[in-house]
Amino acid sequence: MAKPTEKPHRRAKLMRTWPLLTPAVGVLLLWAFIPLAMTLWFSFQRYNLVDPTTDGFAGFSNYKFLVESPAFLVSIFNELVMVAAVLVITLVLGVAFAVLFDQEFPGRTIARLLVIAPFFVMPTVAALVWKNLLMDPVNGVFAYLARSLGLAPLDWFTHAPMAGVVMIVAWEWVPFATLILLTAMQSLDHQQVEAAKMDGARGPQILRYVILPHLSRPITIVLMMETIYLLAIFAEIFVTTSGGPGNATTTLTYLIYQKALVSFDVGGASAGGVIAVILANIVALFLIRSVARNVDL
Amino acid sequence: MRLTITAAVSAALLAVSGTNALATTITIATVNNNDMVVMQKLSKIWEKQTGNHVKWVVLEENVLRQRVTTDIATHGGQFDVVTIGAYETPIWAKRGWLDKLNDFPASYDSGDLLAPVRTALTENGAMYAAPFYSESSFTMYRKDLFEKAGLTMPAQPTYAQIEQFADKLTDKSKQQYGICLRGKPGWGENMAFLGTLVNAYGGRWFDMSWKPQLTTKSWEDAINYYVKLMQKDGPPGAASDGFNEVEALFATGHCAIWIDSTVAAGLLDDPKQSQVAGKVGFAKAPEAVTDKGAAWQWIWSLAVPSSSKHEKTAENFIAWATSQQYIDLVGKTDGWVLAPPGTRLSTYQNPRYLAAAPFANQVLAAVQSVDPQHPTLDPVPYTGIQFVTIPPFQQIGTTVGQDIAGALSGSTSVSAALQSAQDSTTAAMQQAGYLK
Amino acid sequence: MKASPLQKLIVAVLGWGAALVMFFPVAWMVLTGFKSEIDAVHSPPLLLFHPTLANFGHVIHAGDYLGALTNSIVIALGATVLGLLIAMPGAYAMAFFPNRWTKDLLLWMLSTKMMPAVGVLMPIYLICQKSGLLDTLTGLILVMMLSNLPIIVWMLYTFFKEIPGDIIEASRMDGANALDQLRIVLLPLAGPGIASTALLSIIITWNEAFWSLNLTSSNAAPLTAFIATFSAPEGLFWAKLSAASTLAVAPILIFGWLTQRQLVRGLTFGAVK
Repeated sequence: MAKPTEKPHRRAKLMRTWPLLTPAVGVLLLWAFIPLAMTLWFSFQRYNLVDPTTDGFAGFSNYKFLVESPAFLVSIFNELVMVAAVLVITLVLGVAFAVLFDQEFPGRTIARLLVIAPFFVMPTVAALVWKNLLMDPVNGVFAYLARSLGLAPLDWFTHAPMAGVVMIVAWEWVPFATLILLTAMQSLDHQQVEAAKMDGARGPQILRYVILPHLSRPITIVLMMETIYLLAIFAEIFVTTSGGPGNATTTLTYLIYQKALVSFDVGGASAGGVIAVILANIVALFLIRSVARNVDL
Repeated sequence: MRLTITAAVSAALLAVSGTNALATTITIATVNNNDMVVMQKLSKIWEKQTGNHVKWVVLEENVLRQRVTTDIATHGGQFDVVTIGAYETPIWAKRGWLDKLNDFPASYDSGDLLAPVRTALTENGAMYAAPFYSESSFTMYRKDLFEKAGLTMPAQPTYAQIEQFADKLTDKSKQQYGICLRGKPGWGENMAFLGTLVNAYGGRWFDMSWKPQLTTKSWEDAINYYVKLMQKDGPPGAASDGFNEVEALFATGHCAIWIDSTVAAGLLDDPKQSQVAGKVGFAKAPEAVTDKGAAWQWIWSLAVPSSSKHEKTAENFIAWATSQQYIDLVGKTDGWVLAPPGTRLSTYQNPRYLAAAPFANQVLAAVQSVDPQHPTLDPVPYTGIQFVTIPPFQQIGTTVGQDIAGALSGSTSVSAALQSAQDSTTAAMQQAGYLK
Repeated sequence: MKASPLQKLIVAVLGWGAALVMFFPVAWMVLTGFKSEIDAVHSPPLLLFHPTLANFGHVIHAGDYLGALTNSIVIALGATVLGLLIAMPGAYAMAFFPNRWTKDLLLWMLSTKMMPAVGVLMPIYLICQKSGLLDTLTGLILVMMLSNLPIIVWMLYTFFKEIPGDIIEASRMDGANALDQLRIVLLPLAGPGIASTALLSIIITWNEAFWSLNLTSSNAAPLTAFIATFSAPEGLFWAKLSAASTLAVAPILIFGWLTQRQLVRGLTFGAVK
């Protein structure tokens, strides 16, 4: 007897939700479509801001020029390395901090705010403070600490530039992961944890069998959102190494930035943008296939 | 008839209001250097004098350049006065993006402007930007360290001598480095200095048919010298040190020699900003095979975009801000050491300025001796000493700068870096249409 | 079963250790704002020094701090409120009435953020220029809102999914219409989630330094432009930049602290069950 009434109910449900969805979908459609269409158009044009004599149809030459440049493959590799490294660090520390700050201890509120504070600092400033005041091998705080311990200070941006950049970016984004995971921890049923403890489960087991499964959706969310933002990072690179030494810290986004705002080559930058979208979609597809589908999104 | 009535009415209105009833607001985009901050402060005086109003957009150099270029190239009209350098002025003037500045009052005395500075901002006999301050490069060294080691810096050193001095003055265990130089990639960062180094070794960016010359012997010699010297006697982290970072190193006493902008002299001599104030000596930029192009030229100048809607007022402001009266004003209100350097001869004939800035004459000599029209030993199809005044140069300079920073950090050899630089420059010149 | 005193101590030490390590660079930055320029780059780094307010004074005078602060607040709040208004119905629909397209729709929304802003700068710049939206608060609010919308939708969706659907069903059985359901049942339960989303949107907009620098000049310039005024001029600048950054971070830090209490009030699932 339930069946006949279910069908119109479901269709009614669908009908009812459309007006709710239209604003968000409609607005994003415009935002995504119009600029993307223009970028696509520009990518097939020869269009240089400072050289108005270059114009005309470019065919695939912008793409060809970009793909054939020696920095291209390296930039994709660097981009993937940077994003992967930051994701791993922020997720591991994010879970650790979420679990830690979910527990009561004196001054927890203040400590929590301190942990989240890095997220409030502008990336450019964060990079400048880290590079010049902390990591500088002559005048920096880390160099001073190293020397007091009798060690030679590490010249971050000469010998380990990607590590330096990753450290700064991870420091900025750990609070993001912590914030989301900590909020998700609030909805963890602590009775479950108690029950598991009663059954004799110890810390690591509770983590693996109770906490992580509960956090699986938020972790996926953090993963996807951070990936989106991390793929667009360039202020930190610009301030610290300007993509160098050599190509060591040139990511695809940085390469596109150079095309857009140093060469003012709009055609080339647009081609780079299109390639970045394609690559990001591939990465997202890969992430979705391997992670998101396993989790009830 | 109608005209006279209008004139009478306006005159009456003016008389009644007491101020210029046609007050305009102009938007000025400028760099955040100290001299410009002073200009910002003193502009209130101009505002009171003329009844106009100024809106300021003050940004760091790279951001400013992007913003201004984007606006001007799309004829946006967001800015009425822009601060541009010796690189942009000729290019934009040729494009018709800048107004001719030919409406200055007679009291402006453009004959007082230093010749190389004025020439760099002139196109087809007309000035397209007015110089606000200008700089060249020279050698700065620690007089006390030299004295202690029994060394004397000649008035015109050679790069070979610099190497000898640096070797003797380096003690890495005490974080004392014989030489500090820029290493951070950028057409205006490390390549500014390296451009002059290559010139001094007799090299050039392009030959007369625009073929890049980055794998010639002069380039190899120059860059090998740079990398070897810096690795021997330079500070760690050099590959990411730009002007500011090196200045901080010198000001905190870690460097014995520094070859860089004449602007640094004022910074290093200020006890509020420098631990080595009073201990700094100056000499000419070093030469090697030649002294042509061994010192650079950079000018921060004010220009009016042709897309501006308030051109007359903008030109009025520029005339005020680059006049002798303005320099006098700075001297009286903020101190003579802060007077904008390198633009007018009268500044360097002023005893009060000379008394406040002991390095003034060396700066003047450097600024006057440059010849951006003939920057190199061998003839070249371009102008510009430490840059090449063609649109693709920003990208070329930055990419080459990255390659050389890679060599400096030891991740590639000098010849590999130069080959890579040669390839990318050739590709860029082909794309820009200079090469087939 | 209560934790042993030793466990409590370890937790406290770890918690405070993490907090101090993470906060140290921020603290160092604030400290540097009170140093003279030459003290700021002194080696060894100085913990004891003559503090000065000169940097703060200079920065407030030379830049238009209050104007930039106002702009930042208006833009951040405007973009967030607008974003929430548009996103909430959509997230509600997708969380409680999912269909086979929901997941794809969500992923498509996220994909609109995959184009690096710098690749799409010219199109957006030209559109804003032609519509007279350059250097206006409206223009920047719209661009920021559109930029953040996918994130807002996703986060609201995530927090809405936490709420058991039967609560909504139960209230509908009781005769409540959609608006009442939203108001009486959903909002209290999802409150912390919505607050958390709003906070995130505000912070991301506050620190966004690409559109805010490229689409403004003098009228709508927010704090990110204020900071760019003190970043990397010729000469020593780290003390002034630290002061400027402290002034830019302080409002959002205070705001974050006030909102913290909302975030960890805790969802009252116990009461519902």
